[in-house]
Amino acid sequence: MISGLGSTLGRLARPYRAPTTIFRSFRTRLLSSLAVLEQRDGKLNQNALRAITAAQQLGGTVTGIVAGENIQGLVKEISVIQGIQKILVVDNPAYEKGLPEIFAPLLVENIKKGGYSHVFAGQTAFGKSLMPRVAALLDVSQISDITAIINENTFVRPIYAGNVISTVESLDNIKIITVRGTAFTPAETQGGSASIEAGVDPKAEFPITWLFENLSKNDRPNLTSAGRVVAGGRGLKSKEDFDRVILPLADALGAAIGASRAAVDSGYADNSLQVGQTGKVVAPQLYLCTGISGAIQHLAGMKDSKVIAAINKDADAPIFQVADVGLVGDLFEKVPELTEKLKEHSV
Amino acid sequence: MSTLRILVPVKRVIDYAFKFICSFSSLTFLQIKPRVNPTKTAVVTTGVKHSLNPFDEISIEEAVKMRERHIKEPSKFNPKVDEIIAFSVGPTKSIETLRTAMAMGADRSIFVEVKEGEEPESLGVAKLLAKIVKKEKINLVLAGKQSIDSDAGSVGGMLGGLLGWGFAGQACKVTFRTPSVCIVEKEVDGGTETVEGHLPMVITADLRLNEPRYASLSNIMKAKKKKVDKLTAKELGVDVGRRLLTREVTEPLPRQGGGKVEDVDGMIKRLKDLVTASL
Repeated sequence: MISGLGSTLGRLARPYRAPTTIFRSFRTRLLSSLAVLEQRDGKLNQNALRAITAAQQLGGTVTGIVAGENIQGLVKEISVIQGIQKILVVDNPAYEKGLPEIFAPLLVENIKKGGYSHVFAGQTAFGKSLMPRVAALLDVSQISDITAIINENTFVRPIYAGNVISTVESLDNIKIITVRGTAFTPAETQGGSASIEAGVDPKAEFPITWLFENLSKNDRPNLTSAGRVVAGGRGLKSKEDFDRVILPLADALGAAIGASRAAVDSGYADNSLQVGQTGKVVAPQLYLCTGISGAIQHLAGMKDSKVIAAINKDADAPIFQVADVGLVGDLFEKVPELTEKLKEHSV
Repeated sequence: MSTLRILVPVKRVIDYAFKFICSFSSLTFLQIKPRVNPTKTAVVTTGVKHSLNPFDEISIEEAVKMRERHIKEPSKFNPKVDEIIAFSVGPTKSIETLRTAMAMGADRSIFVEVKEGEEPESLGVAKLLAKIVKKEKINLVLAGKQSIDSDAGSVGGMLGGLLGWGFAGQACKVTFRTPSVCIVEKEVDGGTETVEGHLPMVITADLRLNEPRYASLSNIMKAKKKKVDKLTAKELGVDVGRRLLTREVTEPLPRQGGGKVEDVDGMIKRLKDLVTASL
C-alpha cells in the first residue's frame, strides 16, 4: 500500500515531458497493448488500422482482437498488418453487430487473461458505445479521443470542441483508450506476420436485440478517411441545390461529401455527413467548403485539415480566418464555375 | 414494471452558444471561446456564462415528452411516467441548472455538491448515478451523449456497465413496444441502427432526438418550489477521486487564414500550389 502511494506521488512529481531513455526502455518491456479491431461483414474499419498505429507508438507488444461471423478471410488480412504480433480471434455471430452489452464482457475477459496494460479502439460509434462499458467493468477511467501519446501514462486529448488541448495522466493500471482516427496514420496492411490464437469467448447473453440498420450507400470515399472532402452548409438553401451544386464538385475532386449541422438539420444532407463537434471529425488533405460560416462547433470537426478552402458570400464569415484560400462570392455562381474548370485542370 | 421512473443527469457547462452584439452599423457574432488560465492548469470558468449542457436539455425534453404522450394517449406504446428526477454533481451554482431542468418538467432534483474545479470525472459521476438509480428505483436513465466541455462521452456507457443494464448511445428516436420494451434508433457512422432492449436501460441522447422547449415564466416560477435534495458523495458511499490528472491545458496553435483570391481561376491556382506543397 505504501509503495503504491509512493509510486503515485512519484508520478505526480515527475515532469511528463522528460522520460529518460533508461526509464522508457525499462518500462517498454512491461507494456502490452490490445487493439480492438472493429469489423463489419468481414471488412476492417479504417480506424482499427489507426488504433494499431497508436498502440505501436506506445512501444511494447501489440495484440489485435477481432470477433464476429465469418471472419476467417479477414483474419488472414489482419495477420499481415504491420505492427501486430498476435491476433486473438473469436468466431461467433453473437459479436457481429458489436453490441456493447455482449462485446464488453468479451473484451474484459480477454484483457484479464492477457494482462494488457493498454487497450485501444477507434473513436467510432462502436468504440464510443463499447469502451466506457469496458472501463466501468474494470473499474478504471477511460481516456477518450486521444490525439497523441506522451508516454505510457500520459495522453493528449482535445476538450471544449477542440478549443483547448488537455494533457492527462492516468493513474489506472489498465488504460482504456479511444483514438481519434485523424490523429494517427493507418498501419501498413502488408509486411507483418502475426500469430493467430483463439480468444476467450465468455458467451455472455443479454436481452437486447439488434433489429436493423439504415446506412447511406454510395460509391464515394468514406468521409472520415477521405483524402478530400467537399462540404456544404446552410448557404445551399435546399436539398436539390445541395445535390446540384455539391455532388458534381465532389465528383470533380474525387472527394467525400460533408455538411454543416445547419445543412443536416434543414434536411439538405444526411445526418451521417455532419462534420463537427457532434458529428464526424475529419482531417483530409483538402477540405473545400461552401455556404458554411465556420461556427466553433463546425471548426472542431475540420480545422486539422491540411488545406482548407472556402467559398462564401459573406467576406466576414469566420471560416475565412482559418481558410488557406478563400473566395468571396455567390456559391451558386462560383461553385459550378469551379467544378467546370476543375474538370479541365485537375488539382 | 409498468411505469417509468426516469433519471436525467444534467451538467452545468460553459455556454456554447453565440452572443449577439447589436451595434448601429452591424450585427456581430461573438463566440464564447474557452480561455486557458495563465498557469495552464485549467480553463477559466469564473465570470463566464454557463448553461445546461445542450445534450442534457434534449434528454430532459425526451423524458417530459414521454410523460405528455402518456397523458394524451395512454397505451402500451406510451407508458406512464411515474417520476422524472434530475441529477447534477458540481459546484453550488449547478443548482441553477437543476432549476432549469425542473422548469422544463423534471419533478424534483438530487444534487451532489463539490468544490469548483473538483468535479468528478466520468467514472465518479457514473458511480454516483448508479447509487441514485438504486435508491430511487429508477428504470430508465436518459443522459446526454456527451458534455460539451470535457467531450468524453463516457458517463452513459459506464453507467450501463456498472448497473449491468442495456445501453443505447446516441439515440435519435425512442419508442416503446410494450411498457418495458424499448426500441431505440441510434446514430452510427454511416447512418442509423435500431436496437430493441428491455428496461431497465440507459439511453444517451443525440442532437436529433428532439427540439428542447423553452421554459415558460410560470414554469420557471413553479420550479422554484420544487424540491432539491442535497447529498454528498460520502453519504452515497462513492469515492469520486480522480484517476485522470490534468497535467496541462493549452490553447491549440491558431490557424492562420491564407487570405482571399479574386476569382475561381485564382482559387484553382492557389489550390494547386497548396495541395502540391502539403503532399
